Amino acid sequence: MHPAYSVILFTTASGAGYGLLALLGLVGFNHGQASSVAFALVCMFIALGLITIGLLSSTFHLGHPERAWRALSQWRSSWLSREGVAAVITYVPALAFGLVWSGLIDAPRLIAPLGVVTAVMAMVTVFTTGMIYASLKTIRAWNQMLTVPVYLVLGLATGSALLAGIASLFERFQVFQAVLTIALLLAALILKFAYWRMIDEAPRDHTMESATGLGSIGTVGQWEVPHTSENYVQKEMGYAVARKHAKTLRRFVLVLLALALLAMLASLALSYFAILAAALALAAAVVERWLFFAEAQHVVTLFYGAKSA
Amino acid sequence: MTSLPPPSAKKLGLVIDLDTCVGCQACATSCKEWNAQGYSAPLNDSNPYGSEPTGVWLNRIHGFEVKEEGQAHSRIVNFPRSCLHCEEPACVTVCPTGASYKRAEDGIVLVNPETCIGCKLCSWACPYGAREYDQSDGVMKKCTLCVDRIYNENLDVEDRQPACVKACPTGARHFGDLGDASSNVSKLVAERGGYDLLPEMGYKPVNKYLPPRPRRDAHTAKAEALPKPDGSAFDRLFVWADKLLSSKRVVGRVSDIDNSGKLEG
Ligand code: SF4
Ligand code: SF4
Ligand code: SF4
Repeated sequence: MHPAYSVILFTTASGAGYGLLALLGLVGFNHGQASSVAFALVCMFIALGLITIGLLSSTFHLGHPERAWRALSQWRSSWLSREGVAAVITYVPALAFGLVWSGLIDAPRLIAPLGVVTAVMAMVTVFTTGMIYASLKTIRAWNQMLTVPVYLVLGLATGSALLAGIASLFERFQVFQAVLTIALLLAALILKFAYWRMIDEAPRDHTMESATGLGSIGTVGQWEVPHTSENYVQKEMGYAVARKHAKTLRRFVLVLLALALLAMLASLALSYFAILAAALALAAAVVERWLFFAEAQHVVTLFYGAKSA
Repeated sequence: MTSLPPPSAKKLGLVIDLDTCVGCQACATSCKEWNAQGYSAPLNDSNPYGSEPTGVWLNRIHGFEVKEEGQAHSRIVNFPRSCLHCEEPACVTVCPTGASYKRAEDGIVLVNPETCIGCKLCSWACPYGAREYDQSDGVMKKCTLCVDRIYNENLDVEDRQPACVKACPTGARHFGDLGDASSNVSKLVAERGGYDLLPEMGYKPVNKYLPPRPRRDAHTAKAEALPKPDGSAFDRLFVWADKLLSSKRVVGRVSDIDNSGKLEG
């Protein structure tokens, strides 16, 4: 699948934003009002900023951005529509939570319930994003049990690293934040490793023979393509990163995640290392997302010379 | 609404005969011609006269090579590919705007160009590569089953057929109601063993493909026994005519003609 930069930016930025937002909600639920207005506002600004940048970038990649509002209408059947609805709804509790948690509005009793609702909605939104991909039967590498968990855990891990990083700047770094981030990064590492094993072992049971129905006669091969230069289908669905490069990039993702983990450990000694950890975790998420697209083979490639999919 | 309507009794679609298709591209060309001014207009091309021309086409003709067990030569099968107007089309259900829909009355799958936002998700959900995004128009395009021909009362009755069906010089494309077991297309499917593409995907395509007939060529065709003469008057007449026509006196071989002489005059 063609790795569109707008979609990679959207899913990683908004993933981290929602991860951070969910954790802030839980912090509010646990501790009540934030200890400093500035800290709370910066956290909320970064979380909602990342989410908004992501949403805008995904809108600009549309053929008709001015009609984007229509995407909210088909939530009964479409995961993309559900994602849009969830994203829009989440702004309401998130903004309300930001106001009371920071203390700009004095309503301490609302902090806990708004925090929980914000956290749940943030995770629901990331879940719907993952489901857009996981529900496509045409793409074996996405139509897997681990696709959604990877989206959730990477969002939380990058969000958690961000939270620790921001906290270190405000001298509010806590051991608990580091431990949580380490646990999430470790989970991301393990899940991603398992995901790659899963897609490598998943049976490639669609063949050129079943696509053309000519298997009853014999083995099928491509003889002539229908057009002289690549068409939309080939450009969008035929993109494939070479296996050799995919291997290298997979290792790169694992190394970045491991380095983020080490930086997080180091932050226990010097809290500013959490900022480095956040940068490394975000870099890992971007490369991971690029590979998620570039490695995925679409079943339509069978009509264009692929033997199995 | 992108939720699917209840299954319709009428299932309009195409039946494509892989035995007779010669891969001439006539259907693809006439599809482009009709649709570039019909429902799907404009059907944009970019860089049409350059070295890398691309453009939106709703019908693509592939060529496959099939190697049969124990045969020295492989067979070429020409293979037209367009929307199959599936009964369970995920291209419709994934659409966030409702622009993609399946018609309740006849099962045709269409895109409303007024509401499509060009998110391309439907093209990801189609296993058959039947949807092509129009970059200049910012919306998705696909085969309309020539909905603007088949019900078009401004056309003569015999022209109320998809453009591709009308254009095919070998009659390899058939249009009709596959929901009606007594229709010509349904009979053709039953007779010739028409099949679904990628049936394991579960999209239940309406369009069917007719397999190439078993190979008949110098290697596989059995020599048919000639009928023995029965000695009737007709037989004797044919034997006489055969002798006469095979004889040198009637049609000489080229070498028998004297061409050594000079031209007269
Ligand atoms: S062939 Fe593709 S575009 Fe056509 S109905 Fe089926 S899934 Fe949809
Ligand atoms: S590209 Fe258009 S028709 Fe396709 S899913 Fe998006 S909005 Fe629907
Ligand atoms: S039915 Fe019409 S739109 Fe569809 S392939 Fe044939 S000519 Fe093209």
